[in-house]
Amino acid sequence: MSALLSIENLSAVSRRDGKPILRDVSLQVESGTIHGLVGESGAGKSTISKIVLGIVSGGVVVTAGRVMLDGKDLVQIPERDKRILIGSQLALIPQDPLTALNPGRHIGDQLTDSLRMWKGFNRKAAWARALELLDHVAIRDPARVMDQFPHHLSGGMRQRVLIAAAFAIEPKLLIADEPTTALDATVQKQVLQLLKRLQAEHGTSVVFVTHDLGVVAQICDDVTLLFQGKVMEQGTAATIFNAPRHAYTRALLAASPRYDNPAAGLNPIDDAVIAACYAQIQQFDGVQHG
Amino acid sequence: MAEPLVETRGLTVDYAARRSLWGPANASTRVLRGVDIRIDAGEIVGIVGESGSGKSTLGRALLGLVPATEGQVLFAGHPLDAQPDGALALRRHMQMIFQDPMSSLNPRHTIRTILTRPILLHGIALDQAAAAASAAAVLERVGLPLTVLARYPHELSGGQRQRIGIARAVMLRPRFVLADEIVSGQDVSTQARVLVLLKELCAEIGMALAFISHDLSVIRALCHRVYVLNGGVVVEEGSCESVFAAPQHAYTRALIDAIPLPVVGTSWLAA
Repeated sequence: MSALLSIENLSAVSRRDGKPILRDVSLQVESGTIHGLVGESGAGKSTISKIVLGIVSGGVVVTAGRVMLDGKDLVQIPERDKRILIGSQLALIPQDPLTALNPGRHIGDQLTDSLRMWKGFNRKAAWARALELLDHVAIRDPARVMDQFPHHLSGGMRQRVLIAAAFAIEPKLLIADEPTTALDATVQKQVLQLLKRLQAEHGTSVVFVTHDLGVVAQICDDVTLLFQGKVMEQGTAATIFNAPRHAYTRALLAASPRYDNPAAGLNPIDDAVIAACYAQIQQFDGVQHG
Repeated sequence: MAEPLVETRGLTVDYAARRSLWGPANASTRVLRGVDIRIDAGEIVGIVGESGSGKSTLGRALLGLVPATEGQVLFAGHPLDAQPDGALALRRHMQMIFQDPMSSLNPRHTIRTILTRPILLHGIALDQAAAAASAAAVLERVGLPLTVLARYPHELSGGQRQRIGIARAVMLRPRFVLADEIVSGQDVSTQARVLVLLKELCAEIGMALAFISHDLSVIRALCHRVYVLNGGVVVEEGSCESVFAAPQHAYTRALIDAIPLPVVGTSWLAA
């Protein structure tokens, strides 16, 4: 297998105070696999996905490293080429489907945009393809939904529309940023099943950003666990969950409540474990500056 | 059987029709339909359901914040709707921890005021000095430094504000506390700390807790008993042990099956 996306020694700092946001992050997303980017708040998981998508805010400065997509460095290439590369080969499924959709435009118009822009469809062909796509994400009565506005749809339906939009351009890489966090559990499961089915059918590679270890275990092939912008542990999902090596990974797993075990969820992470994580980071920062 | 602390009898709640500016008046919406629940003293009871199940409305009704259309809510045997608005003696024993502490704490008050005002109002602390001493004790109990007393809510982190919300609720040593989705959206590490703290506080103060959540795993970790709500109706009720071991209602089973466990190699996604 070859890596479709290869992040190499990526570091970033805050423009305001120069504090590190990402610390020498490296990860490979193999072709056709789902790579989980996991961590608690401030871990840097969303920053990484934004850097890959080229939508990182002005407050973040990339100081080192490469983001290689299919052999091209997304950090270095000229802006114009970057837009074409990202627009045609990358897609995003965002956390909040309501803010990601334009409230004033019909679903149909929003779905056909990217088909006409990147796939060279004319208006009629794009409309027909969009109908197919909606049908594919198990939306009943696609023709009616095409003429509706986002506020007409439930959260689960909106997320299906965005999944349809993401797969419309047949992207090589899909970034799913907490795509099911805002959904009810039963809807979350349906959306994850859909995502997995489409991913397998199209052979798409996925970066799956989440804080939910349960979701990671069920959908991801590989996992990168971050803490304060530093990789704590990395490996296949099987190793991370069956034989975690880092104390932080073990502590996170112990702190996760699970319905099959009443004692789980009542084991807060030991201060010593967090202190050790910070010590690891300080040591890293010291080496960088020293 | 001892008298329940909080009880609903055939509780039905309608939200009134909202008259649209142009169109005809909408029909009123029935949110709860004949709900019977009981919470005993010192008990931790989970109320679980998905969006629109009526769980938050039930919680508000338990505190008398939403009027019953039919049926009754009783607190320690007293019907809530029969109480005059100023039933301070009952109010003291019914407290709430909010989901979003930022919007529930007065931004213009210091933490000292937020914590001491209720006990002064209820006459539990007789003067400022006694109130401040109680606030300090509770702060220490929830794991916050005394320096936060002089601060305003916006100066604290989200986790600290959450603790202030909990401290505020337990300042009065109430017999009943309602917590509505207070750990959703929190990191796993913060969540576990809050759950442990709540469990300990319930035991120390002897207070009962109604814990509203959409997360069955969290309910399993914390609660003795659980009510499963769907479409404004209680579809299943029982001890957590029995409900999770052998759910009787198809909806409960669906809710449990929808939880992804942090275990690899299952066929969860295929099922």
